[in-house]
Amino acid sequence: MNTLKKAGYLVGLPALLIFIWWFSTQGSTNFFVPKPGTLVEKFVTVWTWDRFMADVLPSLIRLVAGIALAIVLGTALGILVGTNRWLRSLLEPVLEFFRAIPPPVLIPVLMLLIGINDQMKIAVIVSGCIWPVLLNTIEGVRAVDGVLSDSARTFRISGFARLRYLVLPSASPQIMAGVRQCLSIGLILMVISEMFASSEGLGFTIVQFQRSFAIPEMWSGIVVLGLIGVAMSFLFQWSERRILGWYHGLREVEHAE
Amino acid sequence: MQSNPTEGSVQPLLSVRGVQKIYKVDAGEIEAVRNLTFDLRPGELVCLVGPSGSGKTTLLKIIAGLMAPTSGEVVLAGKKVTEPPKDMAVVFQEYGRSLFPWMTVRGNVELPLKNAGIAKAERNQLVDDALEAVGLAHVPTSYPWQLSGGMQQRVAIARAVAYQPKVLLMDEPFAAVDAQTRADLEDLVRSVWEKLGVTILFVTHDIDESVYLGERVVVLSSSPTVVQEDIVIDLPEKRDQLTTRSLPRFVELRNHVYEQIQIAKQNKGQAAPAASAAPRTTVPHVSAATHGVLADGGGSGDGS
Amino acid sequence: MKSAKRLPTGPLLGLAGILGFLLTWELIPRLGVVNPRFLPPASEVLGVFINNLGLGAFWAAVVDTMTGWFLGLLIATVAAVVLGLVIGSSNFLRKATNSTIEFLRPIPSVALIPLAVLLFGFRIESTLLLVVYASFWQVLIQVLYGVADVDPVANNTAKSFGLGRMARIRYVVWPTTLPYLMTGVRLAAAVALILAITASLIIGSPGLGKEIANAQSGGAIAQMYALVLTTGVLGILINMGMRVVERRTLSWHSSVRGEVVV
Repeated sequence: MNTLKKAGYLVGLPALLIFIWWFSTQGSTNFFVPKPGTLVEKFVTVWTWDRFMADVLPSLIRLVAGIALAIVLGTALGILVGTNRWLRSLLEPVLEFFRAIPPPVLIPVLMLLIGINDQMKIAVIVSGCIWPVLLNTIEGVRAVDGVLSDSARTFRISGFARLRYLVLPSASPQIMAGVRQCLSIGLILMVISEMFASSEGLGFTIVQFQRSFAIPEMWSGIVVLGLIGVAMSFLFQWSERRILGWYHGLREVEHAE
Repeated sequence: MQSNPTEGSVQPLLSVRGVQKIYKVDAGEIEAVRNLTFDLRPGELVCLVGPSGSGKTTLLKIIAGLMAPTSGEVVLAGKKVTEPPKDMAVVFQEYGRSLFPWMTVRGNVELPLKNAGIAKAERNQLVDDALEAVGLAHVPTSYPWQLSGGMQQRVAIARAVAYQPKVLLMDEPFAAVDAQTRADLEDLVRSVWEKLGVTILFVTHDIDESVYLGERVVVLSSSPTVVQEDIVIDLPEKRDQLTTRSLPRFVELRNHVYEQIQIAKQNKGQAAPAASAAPRTTVPHVSAATHGVLADGGGSGDGS
Repeated sequence: MKSAKRLPTGPLLGLAGILGFLLTWELIPRLGVVNPRFLPPASEVLGVFINNLGLGAFWAAVVDTMTGWFLGLLIATVAAVVLGLVIGSSNFLRKATNSTIEFLRPIPSVALIPLAVLLFGFRIESTLLLVVYASFWQVLIQVLYGVADVDPVANNTAKSFGLGRMARIRYVVWPTTLPYLMTGVRLAAAVALILAITASLIIGSPGLGKEIANAQSGGAIAQMYALVLTTGVLGILINMGMRVVERRTLSWHSSVRGEVVV
């Protein structure tokens, strides 16, 4: 009964929405909105294995490479800047400014500096994704608890061990918050870099469909993007729960008090 | 074993000599600690008690090597303390913030040993023994925040004990736990001290606690802090929450400390002459009955 | 710790950081590390930037972008507040919409670019569609958090005094939700600017993005950098502005009072 209820909550509204969509497109000849049946049909015929390998996979590889680089660089730089008060004061305004620049405007800049290739697209993703990770890491590193830090010092935990056992875990909730923002920005930049300057990839394909007025095909591409976004979000939540299990437990205890 | 009638010949393990601390703030200077001198002999359990705001935490940070004194020095086993020394462990008041929340109880106790490069087998033994000693052998895989406050402080004590320090500093460790847990933890400190023979400096603002736990009680004045008095606690070595606290001698000593603190609050930083320790005093026995009770423990009290 | 005292304090160091950055930027093309055709020196770009400030076309582009930003943010906020209060105050609706919201939220807004082009072409409505979609979720989620945070005791107290549904929303739910809402709007404001500029960059609807694309394809490289600089300045101004608004509206609230202003 309980699981049935849960399932009802889970699929109830989506089912209703699809029904409304199906019902309202019955007999309609609206050019922009395809019928659900047509969309499913197109989805299956358009996004074949070959197409996936040719257009989706390269996009995903660039996305993963860019995000991974951004996380590694952002965390490393963040620790460097966050643990050094002098460096932090020096760089803070410059970093704030770079964060304020909407990442997509860097596409034309990086096109000039690097040219139109995979490295450029990865650089675009890195240049947009690095800021949330970097700035959150700085904040997290800075906010290491004073008593905890004293405890570590009295046990002569310093240098790399301090980083490994104190600073990184203590900043990890903030770092993960940065990673979460970084993922959605990464996906956006992946699509845009392909829309703006590319001859392959998911973004390019969707724009091609639109330009050739292949509307159901275009919609099916939007669905693919949506699915990637949802998959990334689930993947993130899953790994976040594993990495930050202690944090959520701690918060729950604190809230209960 | 802790009482030592021939104390004059024993080198102090920990010496606090003329320590002064002045904080520089925007409004000028604040003298938190004026002039503190006292010694801890090996194996002693000394309580440091003072009115709130008497610079106890500042002093403890200086002794722990976390903060440099403005003048004066702290010497541990013949070496001047300039950074947290190897032979010292600290238990902080804020148990919730001194344990690593991302590590299990076992991980917390083990980390300092791992960091010190102690081999795995020996490490495991030390951790097991320490957890056993504080009565936590059953929760090694829990996280600290899953435990009650008292249990968390036990973990912190286990971590300190496993580190095998010569000196254990405790900064108002039980100020944030409830009264019953506190009594249990006080007995735990006594039993750890008796079993391991570690030297303990126990900072507290609770007069009863200081008399109950200590072999000596060092009374601090209000800030700027000096040593108001250094009192020998000549209670029987075997302490018990019920019988010890109802001894007439306990009441006498506690009243004496209480009076000293009242005096301390009134004359700030006036008591001790510069750069010399306050005389170690023995409180005279008032009632004849106490003499009988103290017959076996009397030797410990013979100070200056 | 000791050395930090002798060095200049925060703001001065920050200024030094900015000057250092500009100097590095100036030197890289001048020393030929990067071809000045692709990266003009800082002085040249700043010159163009200042020159832009006197040009009507530049201000028209800024106004177009900011119009898209403001209208989009406004529509998204109103829609999200209304929906958020309705959904949030009903247990049934909250459970029933959860899966749909969690599914729609991560869909990247730029996926709608082709649709926007089909529907509205190069007009400003294209920009609006993207801005509204992207900022809507930021606000909605925060409003839902806020409504969920309403103290049940306060709500029951209000009920026991005979306050109706609307009165409860006005006096209990709304004050609790407001700080969350402001956080949502602040986040949404940043996202909205990104989308307003991106839409104009990719679609070619009027605004700074389009000017950047034109400058790049037309070889006016210094102009392109000056415009990128402009977007950063806008971002900073919006951020600062939103913080001020947040502090003003929530001056009574403990989360703001307790906040250390960094």
